[in-house]
Amino acid sequence: MGKTGSWRVFRPVVDRLKCVKCLRCWVFCPEGVVRREEDGTVSIDYEYCKGCGICAAECKVKAITLVREEGDGGK
Amino acid sequence: MAIKDFPIEEYVLPGSAACPGCPATIALRIVLKALGKKTVMIVPACCTAVIESLYPHTSFNIPVMNIAFEAAAAGAAGVEAALRKLGKNDVTVLAWAGDGGTYDIGLQALSGALERETNFIYICYNNQIYSNTGIQRSGATPYAAWTTTTVGGKKEFRKEMGDIIRAHHIPYSAQTCISYPDDLYNKVKKAKEIEGPKYIEILTPCPPGWRFSMEKTVEMGRLAVETGVWALYECKNDVVTFNGKSRLILENKIKRVPIEEWMRPQGRFKHLFVPKKDVKRIKALEEHIEKIWERYRKYYI
Repeated sequence: MGKTGSWRVFRPVVDRLKCVKCLRCWVFCPEGVVRREEDGTVSIDYEYCKGCGICAAECKVKAITLVREEGDGGK
Repeated sequence: MAIKDFPIEEYVLPGSAACPGCPATIALRIVLKALGKKTVMIVPACCTAVIESLYPHTSFNIPVMNIAFEAAAAGAAGVEAALRKLGKNDVTVLAWAGDGGTYDIGLQALSGALERETNFIYICYNNQIYSNTGIQRSGATPYAAWTTTTVGGKKEFRKEMGDIIRAHHIPYSAQTCISYPDDLYNKVKKAKEIEGPKYIEILTPCPPGWRFSMEKTVEMGRLAVETGVWALYECKNDVVTFNGKSRLILENKIKRVPIEEWMRPQGRFKHLFVPKKDVKRIKALEEHIEKIWERYRKYYI
């Protein structure tokens, strides 16, 4: 389909200081766009993230918040 | 295995045509992590054939054969025979079909492949509807659920595929759910090491099909297990073992959560709550689930 980041309405934003490195967001991400960083925390590939919000819903420590996209999404 | 130890390699590539919050891609990501690169996947008509994208693009980083709706297991049997003849014994053959292609349309091919002892893994990702063709009822759709072909709610109860599979007495079969990734991963890993036919069914709650908001996919799977709508178990050489919360429910160590908790967030059950609560039909489904558990307790404790 190409760059599916443009589908997004809400952008998941990771607070890497709150992240406890459990990787639930990584394992449950339907797209596999949660990247594992060297320090064990995660970041998100906005080029492809469709913004379903599963990562934020499943984060036990609320380190991921959904922020409304402004403009043209991931483009 | 702990989540952090799952292989980092991805075989489901980003940019697919899957709906946001799709449970099938969650399941497939974990399954292919467990099976690894040396896997050939046979996909009949189902959501995954769409998720795969149009030629010359593909969302999957492994060889895939697309085949007619009823033929997943037959196609897999052919691929397995060819690989055997070529002496390629280290390749896993995976048939990956939905509940429509398993419970209904692909049942005879599946039964045949199990009976012929084909050395393959058949995985049914069960979202309880024909979702890719537009949410029609299947043999896996629960009682009272709305679909585009059961507008007032389905009148029949769902089929129990696990019982049909166990009647083939294959070396390994299991039921799992995307909400329990370690359970799913371990079961696929176990199946990979066993010779002969293996069957695994994964409950995959579908946001557009079940009519719930897309961030709830994992939660809906968890509630399905906690309410007892779905059971996590495995059957190795005819010995059935229940896993996780389902084991505690089986042994009466915890009580099932009332089924309403699972139904309420789903728009496909809305007509049972609005404008007036349909106590009779909710009770009928609850009693049906209880009857299934009574049967489990009778046979598997």
